Amino acid sequence: MTSLAVPFDADRAYRLHEQVALRPEPFGALAYHYGNRRLNFLRAKELVALVESLDAYESVRAAFSAAEIDPRRWPSFEKALASLAASDFLVGAADGEGAEVAA
Amino acid sequence: MTLSTGLQISEPTPDNLVLSPVKQSGLADQMKAGLDAPICLTWELTYACNLQCVHCLSSSGRRDPRELTTEECEAVIDELQRMQVFYINIGGGEPTIRKDFWHLVQYAVDHGVGVKFSTNGSGIDAAVAEQLAASDYVDVQISIDGADAETNDHVRGAGSFATAVQAMEHLRSAGFEGFKISVVMTRHNIPQVDAFKAMADHYGAQLRLTRFRPSGRGADSWDELHPTDQQQRELYHWLMDHPDVLTGDSFFHLSALGEALPGLNLCGAGRVVCLIDPVGDVYACPFVLHDEFLAGSVRNEGGFQKVWQESDLFTGLREPQSAGACASCGHFDACQGGCMAAKFFTGIPLDGPDPECVLGHGETAMDSVARAEVGTDHSRTKVTLGTKPAG
Repeated sequence: MTSLAVPFDADRAYRLHEQVALRPEPFGALAYHYGNRRLNFLRAKELVALVESLDAYESVRAAFSAAEIDPRRWPSFEKALASLAASDFLVGAADGEGAEVAA
Repeated sequence: MTLSTGLQISEPTPDNLVLSPVKQSGLADQMKAGLDAPICLTWELTYACNLQCVHCLSSSGRRDPRELTTEECEAVIDELQRMQVFYINIGGGEPTIRKDFWHLVQYAVDHGVGVKFSTNGSGIDAAVAEQLAASDYVDVQISIDGADAETNDHVRGAGSFATAVQAMEHLRSAGFEGFKISVVMTRHNIPQVDAFKAMADHYGAQLRLTRFRPSGRGADSWDELHPTDQQQRELYHWLMDHPDVLTGDSFFHLSALGEALPGLNLCGAGRVVCLIDPVGDVYACPFVLHDEFLAGSVRNEGGFQKVWQESDLFTGLREPQSAGACASCGHFDACQGGCMAAKFFTGIPLDGPDPECVLGHGETAMDSVARAEVGTDHSRTKVTLGTKPAG
């Protein structure tokens, strides 16, 4: 049922699935997917901000740079995003074209 | 720093937490300290029921004349929307008996609150199944307690198996994929666990197994129905082999048998879950409908939010709990002392062992105490177990 046929790729563009809602919490946010009825915990406020900004960038790495996340921490963020993509909370932007780079 | 979304809850019921292998102790502590709003909550819309199951946790049967009105229910849903409660589990009683049931489901969905409702199937005909299949925001849970009519009807009453099967047939015909088949695990049906799985696969449904608690009429049927020690072990291994089966995180007391079962493995009562009953009273969890665990009412000033955020009961449950009699046991981290409701209704102190402690501490504790009185009884008639199934 996953809409993602290929493994997570940080060079591609992603966005939050339209059926996912985020609820702010002290630790970050709770994310609920109305489609597959799963709940996920986003365990850092930076991760929440990043997820919300993804659709403005042509790739995940571009979003990391824009958010000024230390490159040494990129692998752990990638892992978190890959897990979100695996459960369909994140989907690849249409046809791999990506979204426009934010001004 | 390791970042992981890690925890996934495929069904945020009190107890339905599915964890990734990543260690989440920090998160568990945050859950214990409570959230500003519940992850989800159970709402028993009515005590009216066309069945009178011998293990009913709310002793349902008769409607309570003080039931929340349609307008009051809508106001609660508005409040849940403001608090961003993603999802409610509606139960009863048999919720579909309420004349405004489908209206309230639609009202919730229209206000961004997803619905899963539990039913014995009597309200699911072909037309209803078609409508349900068309909605992404409504999930259905069919309750059965035996893989055959004899075992099921012994607990749920004559004809109830056929009713549930017919509802599942309708759901399948309508193309509703992934509805839930919910089974309370008892001494009689644990041997049928593979048959339940086959049934779920047959209907394209998801199997959900939950723990039998001595709550409501379950207190009266506990001695006959609760699993044996050997069955608890078998179930633990079966669950470890079937991580895709939902459990509502309700078997965390079994984690003392070895590797922890998937889930948060903690009691979410008053911390991440709670229950609203048909008259608007708010309890810590669906299994403790008793004054001792009554936090307040949605009818009082401040409504549900004030009860959730400020009630003395919930505030107390969010404080660090004493391991009590279990402090010296090496398995406390795994089982957390077990289920509050199971202890309370078997007369064991809340800091004592679970009555079904897999190390046997519960039996000794029960021997030495008197059982607690049960909560309010809504039964229409005196309920007794049917003929015991053969074998």
